[in-house]
Amino acid sequence: MENIYLTIVLSPLLAAIIAGLFGRQVGRAGAHTLTILGVAVACGLSMYVLWAQLTGAAAVYNETVYQWMSVGGINLEVGFLVDRLTALMMVVVTFVSLMVHIYTIGYMHDDNGYQRFFSYISLFTFAMLMLVMSNNFLQLFFGWEAVGVVSYLLIGFWYKRPTAIFANMKAFLVNRVGDFGFLLGIAALLMYTGSLDYAEVFAQVDGLAAAQINVIGDGSWSLLTLACICLFIGAMGKSAQVPLHVWLPDSMEGPTPISALIHAATMVTAGIFMVARMSPLFEFSETALTVVLVIGATTALFTGFMGLVQNDIKRVVAYSTLSQLGYMTVALGASAYASGVFHLMTHAFFKALLFLAAGSVIIALHHEQDMRKMGGLKKYLPITYWTSLAGSLALIGFPGTAGFFSKDALIEAVGYSTIAGSGYAYFCVMAGVLITALYSFRMFFLVFHGNERIDEDARHHLHEPGWVVTLPLVLLAIPSLVIGWPTVGPLLFGDFFGNAIFVTDAHDVLGQLGADYHGPMAFLLHGLTSPVLYLALSGVVIAWYMYLKNPLLPKTVKDRFGFIYRLLENKYYLDDFNEKVVARGSRLLGKGLWRGGDTTVIDGILINGTANSIGRFAGWVRHLQTGYLYHYAFVMVIGMVVVVGWFIW
Amino acid sequence: MLTLTHFLMLSGALFAIAMAGIFINRKNMILLLMCIELLLLAVNFNFIAFSHFLGNADGQIFVFFILTVAAAEAAIGLAILVTLFRTRASIDVEDMDSLKG
Repeated sequence: MENIYLTIVLSPLLAAIIAGLFGRQVGRAGAHTLTILGVAVACGLSMYVLWAQLTGAAAVYNETVYQWMSVGGINLEVGFLVDRLTALMMVVVTFVSLMVHIYTIGYMHDDNGYQRFFSYISLFTFAMLMLVMSNNFLQLFFGWEAVGVVSYLLIGFWYKRPTAIFANMKAFLVNRVGDFGFLLGIAALLMYTGSLDYAEVFAQVDGLAAAQINVIGDGSWSLLTLACICLFIGAMGKSAQVPLHVWLPDSMEGPTPISALIHAATMVTAGIFMVARMSPLFEFSETALTVVLVIGATTALFTGFMGLVQNDIKRVVAYSTLSQLGYMTVALGASAYASGVFHLMTHAFFKALLFLAAGSVIIALHHEQDMRKMGGLKKYLPITYWTSLAGSLALIGFPGTAGFFSKDALIEAVGYSTIAGSGYAYFCVMAGVLITALYSFRMFFLVFHGNERIDEDARHHLHEPGWVVTLPLVLLAIPSLVIGWPTVGPLLFGDFFGNAIFVTDAHDVLGQLGADYHGPMAFLLHGLTSPVLYLALSGVVIAWYMYLKNPLLPKTVKDRFGFIYRLLENKYYLDDFNEKVVARGSRLLGKGLWRGGDTTVIDGILINGTANSIGRFAGWVRHLQTGYLYHYAFVMVIGMVVVVGWFIW
Repeated sequence: MLTLTHFLMLSGALFAIAMAGIFINRKNMILLLMCIELLLLAVNFNFIAFSHFLGNADGQIFVFFILTVAAAEAAIGLAILVTLFRTRASIDVEDMDSLKG
């Protein structure tokens, strides 16, 4: 199996290198053929690995494939841990990536950076696979940083746009804050356990839970809680949780396929995956779980609100991504890791679908992203319309769709949770359902129904994009609708994950939920009686009433609640806060250190100061040199007398 | 009766006069050269006095050496003085202060 795993990881890397370094030689067709081939190989083999894991044809693989070096007893290695959690992630990543590769042929066909783009997305696939397949913290960190770098490159893909450069710098810096926490968390674990290997660290969890550490002053903290919270800060950066979520909406400056691949379906789920992978640690720290729960709940609800006031089609989807990531994080905090990963999987399909559908609309309208200039597109773009409908229904959790199973189970699980903060989280995820339905269908109605507000010259060219765009839409729509049926039972209530995810008995909310589980049909029927469905439906109805039936109403609401509208439009002033306080503060600090530390102390006192004081001393001493011969002669004689006198004495 | 002390006192006096000449003279550089010669003569006087009173001829041989060197030195000194006068049109000691800091 080792060769298969290596092939899965290396084929996208090889394709990326060829397309990136020899893009001119292989040409456009060569670049996309090669990279699609590389990812298709990875995808096919990943599916085989998942199948092998499911049927038991392959045991859990946890081996080192290459030892990089050994420093002071710490082994730095490259190794793979492939269990069912990894296999599931591999399939999701490579499948969505493959769809995006195909779609990109259509989306980027007239872009100058065609080969470069394919190289980047293949490189991303490699990095993400390294992240999910890792069996040690070092490789995890490598993958973590590598996806960050590719994300940076891709947000700034159109590097001549100042907004894109601003956005990629912002994404990079915000992620750096998270990564710093992540690195500290790894360091704390390494300090105590002396190992970077997952299995060895997890084996020492009892000792970790008992260990105390002094961080500031005499206050003693639980080492495990500290490490878990630090690791979660890393996840907050990568998975865009409040308050480190600010980079994700701006990352929509990148091309749409990237928004689908990186900023919706895969990279942003790295944090969710990481926490699920670390479940044997998080389980023993109630405090860390509460932090995860509260942050996730806040993200789930409050970023959803912002989606309500956006006019850019991609930004609505971006805020919905934030909100859904919040849901997954809530699941992690409530110890329903399986539910979080399940929602991650279904979300990857329908969110990639929604983004690609948004991209399809954008191509059809010649790169128009403003929803106020859309409307009534249903009859022009039938495939995009129906697939978008599928994606939106899955997003709001319409019964029977993939999103329904994952989200309903998630909310129920949070309801069972008893740890601190679970009441707040339950409220947030419930209210979030209404908001999700409202903004999803606001977008849906504004784009596809209602009056046509399209530019005249755009209307003449308006037609469905080619098959390379619509095929991925259809292929993603299918799992968005049906993937929940076969997977909900084994993933959530069966022992699909085996030992990959660890939950203590006290926290086992999914186990409690599973006691009442009698197949997906019964689950569906139970869902019909829960308030979740009715919240979602009322959201749809409100959206229908406000944006189709009575289009003047939103304006009235906007005028009536101007304060709230402005608050949302300005993203809770968090960007302003970051720019004015954090960024300007750092700049002021830097300037202060430059002026005070560098210019004054180092340059002024140490370097120029030394030279100046020597110069002053010399200026004073040189007056001893009169230049008169008799003075020298006099000094010589006096000196002679003194020296001779000294000897004679 | 002349003793060694008298000779040494004369020699010391000559040396002191020459030294004073170097210090006090601020004008003429030729005077300076003469003072240097006088210094050497004072030393020669010492050599001769010791040679005579100790009954050893070595000191007188040194005197010849010193006289030779003094003659050469006077020649070189005067030559320098001539070129100095040509370039600076002055032999004033006061003016020779280009080493002044």
